[in-house]
Amino acid sequence: MTITRRRALRGMLGGSAVTLALPLLDCFLNTNGTALADGRKMPVRFGSWFWGLGIDAPIFVPKKAGIGYDLPPEIASWKNISQHVNLFTGMNAFRDGDPNLCHYTGWVINATGQSPAAGGDKPGRTLDHTISNQIGRTTRFQNLTVCCTGDARSTVSYENANSPTPPDASPLNFYTRLFGPAFQDPNAPEFKPNPRLMVRKSVLSGVIDEVKGLEKEIGATDKQRLDQYMTGLRQLEKQFDQQLTKPEPIPACVLPKEISDDPAPGAEVDLMAVRHKMMTDLLVMAAACDQTRVFTMNYSSAQANTVRAGFEKPHHTTTHEEPVGPNGYQEQCSWFATRAMEAWAYHVEAFSKVKEGDGTLLDNSLIYAFTDHGFARVHALDNMAGMIAGRAGGKIKTGLHLKMEGATTARLGYTVQRLMGIDIKGWGSRSNATDKELGEIMA
Amino acid sequence: MRLFQTNKIHFASRATNSVSKFAIAIATAAVLVSCSDTTAPTAPSKTSAAAVSPATDTAETDGSPLRLRLVTAEQLHNTLAYIFGPNISPPVAFAPVTRTDGLLGVGRSFAGVTPSQLELYQKTAATAALEVVNESNRHFLVPCTPKSEEASDDACASTFLASVGRLVYRRPLEADRLAQYVGEARDASARLKDFYAGLGIALEGMLLSPRVMMVSERSEPDPANPGKERLDAYSLASRLSFFLWNAAPDDLLLKAAASGELHTQKGLARTVDRMLASDRIASGVRAFFDDMLMLEDFNNLSKDAQIYPQFTGVAVVDAREQTLRMVVDQLVTKNKDYRDIFTTRETFLSPSLAALYRLPSTPGWVAYEFPEGSPRMGILTQAAFLAAHSHPGRSSPTLRGKALREILLCQPVPRPPANVDFSALENPDPNIRTQRERVSFHLKNPVCAGCHKVTDPMGLALENFDAAGQYRETEKGAKIDASGSMDGKDFTDIRQLALVLHDHPAVTQCLARRVYSYGTGSPSNIVPRTEMAALYKQFEAGGYRLRPLLRTITLSKAFSTVREEQAPTKTAAASVSPAAASVQ
Repeated sequence: MTITRRRALRGMLGGSAVTLALPLLDCFLNTNGTALADGRKMPVRFGSWFWGLGIDAPIFVPKKAGIGYDLPPEIASWKNISQHVNLFTGMNAFRDGDPNLCHYTGWVINATGQSPAAGGDKPGRTLDHTISNQIGRTTRFQNLTVCCTGDARSTVSYENANSPTPPDASPLNFYTRLFGPAFQDPNAPEFKPNPRLMVRKSVLSGVIDEVKGLEKEIGATDKQRLDQYMTGLRQLEKQFDQQLTKPEPIPACVLPKEISDDPAPGAEVDLMAVRHKMMTDLLVMAAACDQTRVFTMNYSSAQANTVRAGFEKPHHTTTHEEPVGPNGYQEQCSWFATRAMEAWAYHVEAFSKVKEGDGTLLDNSLIYAFTDHGFARVHALDNMAGMIAGRAGGKIKTGLHLKMEGATTARLGYTVQRLMGIDIKGWGSRSNATDKELGEIMA
Repeated sequence: MRLFQTNKIHFASRATNSVSKFAIAIATAAVLVSCSDTTAPTAPSKTSAAAVSPATDTAETDGSPLRLRLVTAEQLHNTLAYIFGPNISPPVAFAPVTRTDGLLGVGRSFAGVTPSQLELYQKTAATAALEVVNESNRHFLVPCTPKSEEASDDACASTFLASVGRLVYRRPLEADRLAQYVGEARDASARLKDFYAGLGIALEGMLLSPRVMMVSERSEPDPANPGKERLDAYSLASRLSFFLWNAAPDDLLLKAAASGELHTQKGLARTVDRMLASDRIASGVRAFFDDMLMLEDFNNLSKDAQIYPQFTGVAVVDAREQTLRMVVDQLVTKNKDYRDIFTTRETFLSPSLAALYRLPSTPGWVAYEFPEGSPRMGILTQAAFLAAHSHPGRSSPTLRGKALREILLCQPVPRPPANVDFSALENPDPNIRTQRERVSFHLKNPVCAGCHKVTDPMGLALENFDAAGQYRETEKGAKIDASGSMDGKDFTDIRQLALVLHDHPAVTQCLARRVYSYGTGSPSNIVPRTEMAALYKQFEAGGYRLRPLLRTITLSKAFSTVREEQAPTKTAAASVSPAAASVQ
């Protein structure tokens, strides 16, 4: 017997609890696998990946520009991913007359295009939120943010100046949030809406009314905060709705192995690598299962206090106290940076391993990596590096190394927003203002 | 009229002459805000109400602004435990907020609420509601029995929801809203064919309300001051309760609000005295010091296990607890002078801390007094302070000195300039063995010395304790020299530094500022300097006891009178320290 899409769907809709004998079927895809069967295009996801304390240029920057760039020691771990990664070196984060706020100015410019005037001058909306407002409104989570430091204060994502996005710091809690009881497996053979959710949802409307009432009693600044409260309630409503609706099957979605324990706490590099792997694997399936289309990974924090077992100085202190060696770089610092780049390689490769349609999840993603400094020893904001991985649904080419000749880092931020459908004619302020897309990578 | 003047309230005067001894401290504070001219002071956020007017020399305004403050996880936990009993304890961990004016408690007046925070609220509300109505608890916690457990019962639902609603909303539920909740319980009970399940759903919605998860203050005309506003009685009750008890008001406090008692001088004093005498004051004091001392860092603190194997995960938790136990014991249980926390040899030990301190271990927490002459003396020599302000693999005189200035003296230390020349710290001379020798570079370099001279000497006094807080006489074989000078006072070791701090006026002034800010949810620089000086004097007159300070503040006009929020100004921006608005 041939199982057609129509036959399968009819079976599913025939009752409140339906069991399908077969798992995910190719019949849910169109003939060439580039779109879902109902004609919807494969969604494009946007990710940010942040690491602190920059690079050691002499052993990071490839000599060769363009396609097929070489992999110096600090990025030797990219051998399986370099074809997926566009590398940009020699960029500037211009602060114009503003102070160089160590480990702050650089990443804020990368994420907002604006140079902060002072340490308490918090970023406005970072670009991940701009993008999630564009492409993330239909998924269960509009935006997911995680960190590998174990510290829920490690974030480079801001909804607004008063709202840093708190990252999920515990892999166990993150697993439960994503794939715990509230997860609606799109490929589950059985779908049975929880009647408790229906009444729970109806109660939310009363709470929403209460927000409206409270808004009349407060000032303008607090009103913005209540608006956020309202947005959060709407997001909860949407999550309940989705749990009450049989989801469309998603071929790439495979429930990850359950996490029962968190790694030990600590900022030791090996522990961070474990957390990074766990968090990456969860983000990959969150994207594959269309739970979110926008995510941020904080590998380390700005001014990373990552430590190496048995070595008394954390990474940040080392950047300042380790002498520059005969080859023009700091050996111990490079050890830390190399570990960060290994994590980046794992992250990209994990997305590339998930088959989606006739390509991979990475092909339908764009992951933007940025940092806080160039040469961290002197808090440099020049010679900065950044990366863009993935093909954004075929919109860009990958595998290029572009020497940016001192251009603003904001060109990356501007380009990724344009690629994600943000209709802006320019981005950034003063010397970081740009209206130049990275034409070299456009497909 | 002085904002901190409280009528007919007198405390035994134990005035000291410390102010005149420390004129130099004021000069030091001036140095701190200008020790590096390469870094601009931090401004509050452009869009935030945290942008406050500066402290001023004239009493151009009075009172404090109305606030919309986020309830903390611990406040919710305490509130639910007081209402339903300690068994109702959903796992609660809300998102961190931005520290403002040195306090998370002020940051909560301005922090946004992200969708992930709402998710946490919803999970917490659902878990708590399920626990309240589960089969084990419902017969104790629901004060009526429904006609049928399989159907709705408006009368019973109304009784429960009105009673609980008044306590979690911190004022009587409006009739319309109560009717709405009863209707929701009715519908849910009918759909689920379960009275208690429906009741739980209504309770879940209640706990998710912004009026529950946020403290929204309201004002009303102040009859005693025509043209002025005061907190309405229920808002005053909430402000008092979250401040003093770290929980929502109890039944008696709400009754005092309802009767108008809180708006009479005698009635307010009677209420405050009851609250200060309650066991719940310990929770309030713990919460304040946990915030002021930045002990939330312990949520993520760890040390290199190869270098400090004794600093276990248990020791991390216990170090925080030790400091809080000591503070509550000294200031609440024993009603001692605040300054004594810098000099006391009394503390509490757990087995993990006994191992860390190399002392005999006994099961559980026990009171312990270090012998006379012990270097363990006061809060600075406890593992919490020593470990939190060190690197994972080594101590840090600079971090410790900076913490002492910023946390305990309210003297912000600017960020380091970006263009520091670190060459002197490179290629380390093998003859350099101690941190004193290493950081002496800071004082030789004029770019660094401006700030490091106000941080490093105090930090070096703590060098007899390593990054895990363990005592040591030597470092890499060299004897440690812990002598130094602070604001014109010489010391030879940590014991003498503790005495210097004990008599330093900034110590007590800092506490008074922080307590006021914490209680009102507003940065202390909105209070005119003259008024703050009056508060310092009253604190002194009360013998630097905490309860009298809390009493002075809660009975003051500054606490209950409402003033308009001021627009941000340039000077306001400059008055906020770099550390004042760090993300926590």
